[in-house]
Amino acid sequence: MTVLTADRRGHAHGGVQKFSLARFGGRWLSPVLLLLLWELGSRSGLIPERTLAAPSAVIGTLVEMLLSGELPSNLLVSFARVAVGLLIGVGLGLALGLVAGLSRTGELAVDPLMQIKRTIPVLALTPLFIVWFGIGETPKIALIAFAAVFPVYLNLYSGIRGVDLRLLDAAKSFGLSRWEQIWHVVLPSALPSLLVGLRYALSVAILVLVVAEQINASAGLGYLINNARDFMRTDIIVVCLMVYAILGLGADWLVRTVEARALIWRPSIVEQ
Amino acid sequence: MDARLGFTALQSAAGHSDIPHPEPVVRLRDFTRRFGPNTIIDGLDLDIAPGEFIALLGRSGSGKTTLLRTLAGLDEVRGQDVEVPDSRAVVFQDARLLPWKPVWKNVALGLKGDRVRDRSEAALKEVGLGHRLDAWPLTLSGGEAQRVALARALVREPKLLLLDEPFAALDALTRYRMHDLVLSLWRAHRPAVLIVTHDVEEAIALADRVLVLDKGRIVAQERITVPRGERSAISGRLREKLLSYLGGEDHGEGVVPFAPIAEAAE
Repeated sequence: MTVLTADRRGHAHGGVQKFSLARFGGRWLSPVLLLLLWELGSRSGLIPERTLAAPSAVIGTLVEMLLSGELPSNLLVSFARVAVGLLIGVGLGLALGLVAGLSRTGELAVDPLMQIKRTIPVLALTPLFIVWFGIGETPKIALIAFAAVFPVYLNLYSGIRGVDLRLLDAAKSFGLSRWEQIWHVVLPSALPSLLVGLRYALSVAILVLVVAEQINASAGLGYLINNARDFMRTDIIVVCLMVYAILGLGADWLVRTVEARALIWRPSIVEQ
Repeated sequence: MDARLGFTALQSAAGHSDIPHPEPVVRLRDFTRRFGPNTIIDGLDLDIAPGEFIALLGRSGSGKTTLLRTLAGLDEVRGQDVEVPDSRAVVFQDARLLPWKPVWKNVALGLKGDRVRDRSEAALKEVGLGHRLDAWPLTLSGGEAQRVALARALVREPKLLLLDEPFAALDALTRYRMHDLVLSLWRAHRPAVLIVTHDVEEAIALADRVLVLDKGRIVAQERITVPRGERSAISGRLREKLLSYLGGEDHGEGVVPFAPIAEAAE
């Protein structure tokens, strides 16, 4: 009996060790291996620098650009474009979603236009926006705003229309006015859906930013990339790609944080 | 035994000869409600006296819910002779709490004036939930949610309390506890109560008067004068009688009810 237990325990112990190695070591193993191969390829001259700079060179460039202030100042410009574009786009999406969601007349007026707008790929509008707004900041911000409107609009609108009528009945039976019903019942019930829309809006805004910044920019991440392309500085291009990825992660984190706060009443979040 | 029941049975609403109560809180005369070609409520007369406890029995589709929605002011009653008090409150079968508001804010929903939180807290203590003021509704059990719904109704000090099958979704033990709670709250606050139910036992245990609704008409009513708690002696016969009103007049419809088979056996 004792022997059996000991044997079992020993067995289990070994199993756990193997398992944890596979879990923690394994997930990092392949990316690290890829980086190593890449570095080796660069050092041995298999990958020419004009095709792709070595990871060590990229890190060196990153530190250099951070210290010189080149990266922070251009990042700030890009960040401001996304922020202003989102502010306008999300604001418009909220207003239109409320109008269409809360009134039949508003729905008739707004929804057909929004559905038409949806069929036009945002980036296809770039030439038109350049004709209209020139090549300064305006077309870049306008493109981002235009892209961010729809996901916010659609999710708010359907969130409002999806309100639980039984809850509305209950609120009515307690004598709540129309505006109190909207404030206490309709809008909170549309919030989860609105936050999904917001998450879409953020990711599409960053996508549009990348393209919009290629329009004759004199500052920003896109400008850095364009410049680097002209001088075949692949190390700078890779640094900028990394920064775009980090922007995307940051946006996702932001919405997650807002969700965790705003939807604290949901059991799944309560349990965490 | 029959004499103690104060029994009054009505074949139709037209024969309404109940003793009129002084200034009823609810007064319906010849109330009719139609949805398209379907008549849901058909010429219904109803008086509810202040502080009276009424149970409304009826099968599905008898018009119970429509009548309750009318009394709750949820449906419009254009040009009909309907009087209901302004201060009224409803407890629904599903508690219908707003999940994004903590319990005390659900109770305080729509309350005007100051000390809203104190009033809400007092109501929750009365239903035994003083310790769950800040809980989220989705973390409550079914019985707890229904007690919050009761507190939310009572904090308004209604003259008319409407209960729409409030305990149908609860387990038996919780249901009995809720019966006791409702009775003690009713004794303390004395609103007129109308409970809609399809549970005959529940109606007998709680009410002063039991109404049976069928095809939009009150087909029978029983006044129970025996004090609550001493009703076990009469409940058997009363139950049979009420069940016969509920199921007896169903000949000729698709589903064969229990009663004709029993008759055939005799």
